[in-house]
Amino acid sequence: MNQIAPVAALRSGGCGDAPILRERGQREVFCGLTGIIWLHRKIQDAFFLVVGSRTCAHLIQSAAGVMIFAEPRFATAIIDERDLAGLADANDELDRVVGRLIERRPDIKLLFLVGSCPSEVIKLDLSRAAQRLSRQMAPDVRVLSYSGSGIETTFTQGEDACLSSLVPELLAEAADAAPSLLVVGALADVVEAQLGRLFTAIGIQDVRFFPPRNSRDMPKIGPNTRMLLAQPFLAETGRLLEARGAQYLATPFPLGVEGTTAWLQAAATAFGVNQDHFDRAIAPARDRATGAVARHRAQLEGKSIFLFPDSQLEIPLARFLSRELGMKLVEVGTPYLHRQHLAAELDLLPEGTSLSEGQDVDLQLDRCRAAAPDLVVCGLGLANPLESEGMTTKWAIELVFTPIQGFDQAGDLAELFARPLVRRMKLAV
Amino acid sequence: MQLTLWTYEGPPHVGAMRVATGMEKLHYVLHAPQGDTYADLLFTMIERNAKRPPVTYTTFQARDLGSDTADLFKTAVRDAYARFQPQAMLVGASCTAELIQDDPGGLARALDLPVPVVAVELPAYQKKENWGANETFYRLVRAFAGPVERTPGGPRCNILGPTALGFRHRDDVREITGLLTRMGIAINVTAPLSATPADLVRLADADFNVVLYPEIASSTAAYLDRQFGQKSTKVIPIGVGATRDFIVEVAGLAGIDATAVLAESQSNLPWYSRSVDSTYLTNKRVFVFGDASHAIAAARMAEQEFGFKVVGLGTYSREFAREVREAARLYGIEALITDDYLEVEEQVAALQPELVLGTQMERHIAKRLGLPCAMISAPMHVQDFPARYAPQMGFEGANVIFDTWVHPLMMGLEEHLLGMFREDFEFNAAPSHLGASATPARVPEPVLETVAAQAVPDSSVQPQPAGPARWAPDAEKELSRIPFFVRGKARRNTEKFASDQGLTLITVETLYDAKAQVGR
Repeated sequence: MNQIAPVAALRSGGCGDAPILRERGQREVFCGLTGIIWLHRKIQDAFFLVVGSRTCAHLIQSAAGVMIFAEPRFATAIIDERDLAGLADANDELDRVVGRLIERRPDIKLLFLVGSCPSEVIKLDLSRAAQRLSRQMAPDVRVLSYSGSGIETTFTQGEDACLSSLVPELLAEAADAAPSLLVVGALADVVEAQLGRLFTAIGIQDVRFFPPRNSRDMPKIGPNTRMLLAQPFLAETGRLLEARGAQYLATPFPLGVEGTTAWLQAAATAFGVNQDHFDRAIAPARDRATGAVARHRAQLEGKSIFLFPDSQLEIPLARFLSRELGMKLVEVGTPYLHRQHLAAELDLLPEGTSLSEGQDVDLQLDRCRAAAPDLVVCGLGLANPLESEGMTTKWAIELVFTPIQGFDQAGDLAELFARPLVRRMKLAV
Repeated sequence: MQLTLWTYEGPPHVGAMRVATGMEKLHYVLHAPQGDTYADLLFTMIERNAKRPPVTYTTFQARDLGSDTADLFKTAVRDAYARFQPQAMLVGASCTAELIQDDPGGLARALDLPVPVVAVELPAYQKKENWGANETFYRLVRAFAGPVERTPGGPRCNILGPTALGFRHRDDVREITGLLTRMGIAINVTAPLSATPADLVRLADADFNVVLYPEIASSTAAYLDRQFGQKSTKVIPIGVGATRDFIVEVAGLAGIDATAVLAESQSNLPWYSRSVDSTYLTNKRVFVFGDASHAIAAARMAEQEFGFKVVGLGTYSREFAREVREAARLYGIEALITDDYLEVEEQVAALQPELVLGTQMERHIAKRLGLPCAMISAPMHVQDFPARYAPQMGFEGANVIFDTWVHPLMMGLEEHLLGMFREDFEFNAAPSHLGASATPARVPEPVLETVAAQAVPDSSVQPQPAGPARWAPDAEKELSRIPFFVRGKARRNTEKFASDQGLTLITVETLYDAKAQVGR
């Protein structure tokens, strides 16, 4: 089994200061509204009302809706020409729509008004609308707002915007409160449970997850809050939590054995956990994960991979793929690179890795075709066309909609990349 | 503002995309913010297209607003032309770009490209997908179709309306092309699907037009009639009867004799429907909803070719509301014209049909309500693009539809056995040929919940002047023995009967009195 070097020993190499190719052209990415697809299942008493156009409604149902047969906890208030012409006061209209919604879903305790491209362009002030509606519906329903518009957010940035809108709602914790750990970013329920058990084993008792499953269980925050980001796309949420006093723990993200170990280690160090105790506490899960990942290494080792920008998970994934599975990184694209939150990840990437930020999709496709990688990670709009050109692809969105974090998902994560290759080998038609 | 959970149609620029993606050698540059590229996946994932749609998006962001979105657009058009070398370009704006008013048409024309540029203005805050497809197709035909020297020989027609992402459009075109060919009619151009801009130039080289999808081709057909005197078919050849009517109509337009074609044309549907095994289909209550053409055709088939009873008929195509209202009158019902999914759900719940014929949205509704459902119209999902040849139109289409609609239903004897031995613990309430997974979602039946909730408090307040009648426990138990697919109707009929009779308590006797009076 290959030994994973401790993180600190590798600081000298890496891509920390590497140049990056920045492109501005057609971006084949989702907008931030798409985050509603997982957020509406995560916070179980919350409802997401997009204030937008028919395009917004169509986007969400196309990206996800048809997969969900239960009544979704999201909807769109579609702006029509009367709203634009000023014949109907858009605010009165919004109040009417929210009234109808709450009447239909009295179980809703937290309502997000989600801004869109059209609502931003016509400057409909949703934060004031949220305050007004919150006053009207207090104490039964709290109303917040954020923008998931494509002109301001790319895909997972929608979660960042949503969580940012929740930060001011968090109650302050006393300055002398015992230290607590805040895990930030929506995680699958199963991952949360696993991580919770690991933290207990490590000896960190007070662990809070943000966002919580219920809006009435919002964690408190204060100067003794230590914060671990579970997702790499939470730039603004992280900044706001730091402004509320939380201490940011710099670490790679919990993807793969190495990432998860480092991530847990960051918390253990911050809480002064004895190193031997920590090693013992995580050993069973870590060993299990190491074995699970190793099973896929033969399939992936030495294979080249090209990652199109999608979720901002690309850099941590590339680190996992190159260091734990031995894959060769052809190009690692990301819609947006947050150098501070990704510093530890960049340090771990092989020196000279080709990084790109933003996109000009046709040029990037040219580079991809020229490189002819063994595996391409890309969005749903590109996957079938590339397959028909003979490439093997992995849908990027599955990496967002599948539990991949933590030790017990490390093998599953590797398998997600191995599967398309296995499939291509297996098919004889 | 309209509260929308699900939408039947996308925005109008998606209609334009369906036209552009169906065609060849045409490229569409869409002024649109980041995120609107989601529409690509409709084609690459739902329809499994092997090529990306021929669409370039400007994907502007906030930082571009107010500064250089117009430049961004011009660059996108120039680059797209250089890369894709189309015969013609289509340009337009999505909903957000419409608000920033950059004038895509003017900007693109100013570039002086060596190919024609067609600009489409699609008001995103008033109109929807099918209107957008209709308008785009019309604008393209207006721009390209011109007088031509006619090809000598027998009758020729165009086939108008099929697009990318249409409900079985590819297979319908194949079926109808075969039918027309058997009739001795040459196909001049099929458009938009598989046509190039150059093909549109020679549309006038035909005697008449076959309009398969009026939602998409009505404006084009009217224009071609005005401009070149080409008449169009009106009958949509879905179902055996309609296909025969279509043959007669086409023969009239082509000036040929259809007797031989009518005599040799066969479908299995008439015999399958007449065979005694199908007796159980008689007067099954069906609810029909879809685009106007498919809904009207499905209702006719349901009544005349399956022997069902149409209890609800509606469409989300407001442009064709009049036609659907007229059709509904044939069945003595009021048409439901709405694009509000919640209204459709309400009506389905109230009518408790035994079969829902609808779109992907009605599939959601039917699943929630535990009702059998078959698809007749867009919008649809990846499973509605089957690998096999599965047209809706023509005689083979009728065969496909027979199988599709009968499949989700309980078969004849099984339905009887289930009715007789409801308490057999091994029966579940779904047709056995669909397997266990087809068990209707165990949605807590709202009706039962209401009863349970009312039963306790109400019993303490015996005299109950205005409220609804209460179910006695034994009556409620008896009701639960009735198969699920008629239980809702039995409950409603009984409660209405009780209230008409001024009863406050529903007993087993009341249940059967009601059945005798109002049961079917």
